[in-house]
Amino acid sequence: MVDVKKLEYYLNNPLMKRIVELKERNFADKDQFEDAPVNYDDAIENYKRILAITDDVAKTIIEPNSESVDQEGPHLENNRMVYASKTYENLDATRKAGLWGISMPRRFGGLNLPITVFSMLSEMVSAADSGFQNVWSLQSCIDTLYEFGTPEQQAKYIPRICQGETMSMDLTEPDAGSDLQRVMLKATQDADGTWRLNGVKRFITNGDSDIHLVLARSEEGTRDGRGLSMFIYDKRDGGVDVRHIENKLGIHGSPTCELVYKNAKAELCGDRKLGLIKYVMSLMNGARLGIAAQSVGLEQEAYDQALAYAKERAQFGKKIITFPAVYDMLSRMKAKIDASRAVLYQTARYVDIYKTLEDISRERKLTPEERKEMKKYSRLADAFTPLGKGMTSEYANQNAYDCVSVHGGSGFIMEYKAQRLLRDARIFSIYEGTTQLQVVAAVRYITNGTYLGIMREMLAEDVCNCMKPLRDRVAKLVDLYEEAVEKVKADENQDEHDFLARRMYNMTGDIILSLLLLRDATNVPEEFAKSANVYVRMAEEECVGSHAYIMNFKADDLSNFVAE
Amino acid sequence: MKLNIVVLAKQVPDTRNVGKDAMTAEGTVNRAALPAIFNPEDLNALEQALRIKDLDPENVKVGIVTMGPPRAGEIIRQGLYRGADCGWLLTDRKSAGADTLATSYFLSKAIEKIDKEVGHVDIVLGGRQAIDGDTAQVGPQVAQKLGLNQVTYAEEVLKIEDGKATIRRHIDGGVETVVAPLPVVITVNGSAAPARPCNAKRVMKYKYATCPMERKGDEPWSDLYETRPYLTLGQWSIADCGADYEQCGLAGSPTKVSAVKSIVFQAKESQTLTSSDADIEGLVKELLDKNIIG
Repeated sequence: MVDVKKLEYYLNNPLMKRIVELKERNFADKDQFEDAPVNYDDAIENYKRILAITDDVAKTIIEPNSESVDQEGPHLENNRMVYASKTYENLDATRKAGLWGISMPRRFGGLNLPITVFSMLSEMVSAADSGFQNVWSLQSCIDTLYEFGTPEQQAKYIPRICQGETMSMDLTEPDAGSDLQRVMLKATQDADGTWRLNGVKRFITNGDSDIHLVLARSEEGTRDGRGLSMFIYDKRDGGVDVRHIENKLGIHGSPTCELVYKNAKAELCGDRKLGLIKYVMSLMNGARLGIAAQSVGLEQEAYDQALAYAKERAQFGKKIITFPAVYDMLSRMKAKIDASRAVLYQTARYVDIYKTLEDISRERKLTPEERKEMKKYSRLADAFTPLGKGMTSEYANQNAYDCVSVHGGSGFIMEYKAQRLLRDARIFSIYEGTTQLQVVAAVRYITNGTYLGIMREMLAEDVCNCMKPLRDRVAKLVDLYEEAVEKVKADENQDEHDFLARRMYNMTGDIILSLLLLRDATNVPEEFAKSANVYVRMAEEECVGSHAYIMNFKADDLSNFVAE
Repeated sequence: MKLNIVVLAKQVPDTRNVGKDAMTAEGTVNRAALPAIFNPEDLNALEQALRIKDLDPENVKVGIVTMGPPRAGEIIRQGLYRGADCGWLLTDRKSAGADTLATSYFLSKAIEKIDKEVGHVDIVLGGRQAIDGDTAQVGPQVAQKLGLNQVTYAEEVLKIEDGKATIRRHIDGGVETVVAPLPVVITVNGSAAPARPCNAKRVMKYKYATCPMERKGDEPWSDLYETRPYLTLGQWSIADCGADYEQCGLAGSPTKVSAVKSIVFQAKESQTLTSSDADIEGLVKELLDKNIIG
């Protein structure tokens, strides 16, 4: 489970001051709302208190329920989804604890927390049960409704989410998975202007939720993304049946539904035709950060399980934790967690700043400095989100795999938690954009030099003396990276470029996460120095290999790979 | 229906996870070494009160009463975080060293004061017993002193209707459902529903709520006490409750602990019996001889 004290380190980041200032509009709520903070310290104290509440709910209710939820899973009853019975207990506890409407303004009944803090809560809930984390954290869909809905829609729906009603985003269909441009669910208007939805959605997480955001084709005759709009479907209106619940490898606490829309009444959210290109992109960026947090939580739980087992289990007359082959795995797991947190919270902070400035811009005109700030952080958030989602979700899988390895044969036995973590983690690098799609989202920042600029800037930062040798080694990796990227660009072959993109992405992630960890190790050496040491070594191992792979690659070599 | 509920709660040392230094050399509980917690069964009692409040939040008021040193104000905050409306700390140097008789006296005087000055008390709820004493006497003694009905070992307050409470209580080998007229004292068993978690908004609202005696005066948020009256918790002394000093604290406590011994149960000798008729007959004879059965 997640140690709250460890998370408090990330609350001390210097950017938090700016985030709180923006999010609290200089503490304008303090005379109107009894729960509003009166100053920066008070806001941070509130965040810590909410971390403690979530910690309590996660450890005393959600985690103890997790095994039963995994075994029971959801089921279908009269075209409705019924959660595993203990999921209702989890929902009730999170509602009583008031952990709904996390990011929403207080005037709607929300907690007005930054996404950075929301990500911490998500991490804790995920460590307890990553399937339930989906059901709970999908409340962040409300951010998109808040951003693009009318004042009437905000007033109608946001208070309901703050009371604990659940959400889903109904995007994918049988023929539209990664390629959402192919969405066919039909949206038509009655004579009185009422929108009606007809068609099928598939693989919808928490698909029988109270309030849905739905991507549908509103422009008849169109075939691409420009014909899609976003709609709000309210379960109270009826018209959507659950036809099937998927039987999945993992995250059994998170029901995955196939939905049939039968002339379901819906409201248009935002402008027509901007459904995919604007609103789904907004939804996705939030969801990807959510999966990064989910990944980090599971990484931590996998490490805890492995560590506890390694300390207990003796072979050859010794505890297995004393064997180099075992502590090699454990140290890598730990380093991946620390690197993952570094990128998760860095991304979250960037998102907080630009999203909050964007929100303020709807209340008043931003100053030129604020506009510049918003642009800067928006660009950083765009560059960091695919790195965060891709790297952490792959690490979650690796940690779950190593957790089973440390357990040996016991890891393969259903009575141990290790196997569940392995099953649960597998989806993280698939849904909300596969790792391969994160590479696609990141690649333009690789080729246009955005990441390289960030690396060079971070390399120029001061690090503590003990980190200087490691920093110099990372500097060498940056040179290799630059050389590899230049080589791919110079070859000017699109197929080769796409083929090598994953290696370039991995190098990018390795280097940026290394640099973030050096920063953390400089701040708190006793907490992060070991992980920095282990992680930079892993980065070297992978970057040198990827560099060789890329440098020796010619477009002609592709013929050896094309599958037939 | 207007209903006022008082929940009696105690701050106790957490004796559930004791380390080596849990006991002093004199054989008493080393309070400094153990974290102070909300007595577990008092949390069960609070949950029952809050469930009654859930049915009619506007009309049902829940107040916490706790007796202890100033730091026991934390118990009231914990109650407020979960949904209680208010609370009073009964604190007085002269109430130190109280046994169950003196404790129930001070508590009953406070309940009388609430009944007179704040609002008629309909239900008093408390945990069956505290984990630092395990006596289960305080609840019943409070009922006795106030002349109220009492229901012990309660698992659930099923309904409050027509001035009567229907309560399911835990008994040996099963449960029974009883009906008691209000006002009533109910002590709640650990097998009742666990307490709900603290609520985020309420924690943010009440986190600086303190009894006057808990304050040092230099808190960075001191000025909030001027503008937010709900941040000042009730605090009563023996005199405030019109109680008699002679019946409080050590002076009012007839219980004297003469010694505390650490008892370890162990089998000193054992005999093995088979299921043969001879062995069984021998056993029955032995039990009869020792007057264990007869």
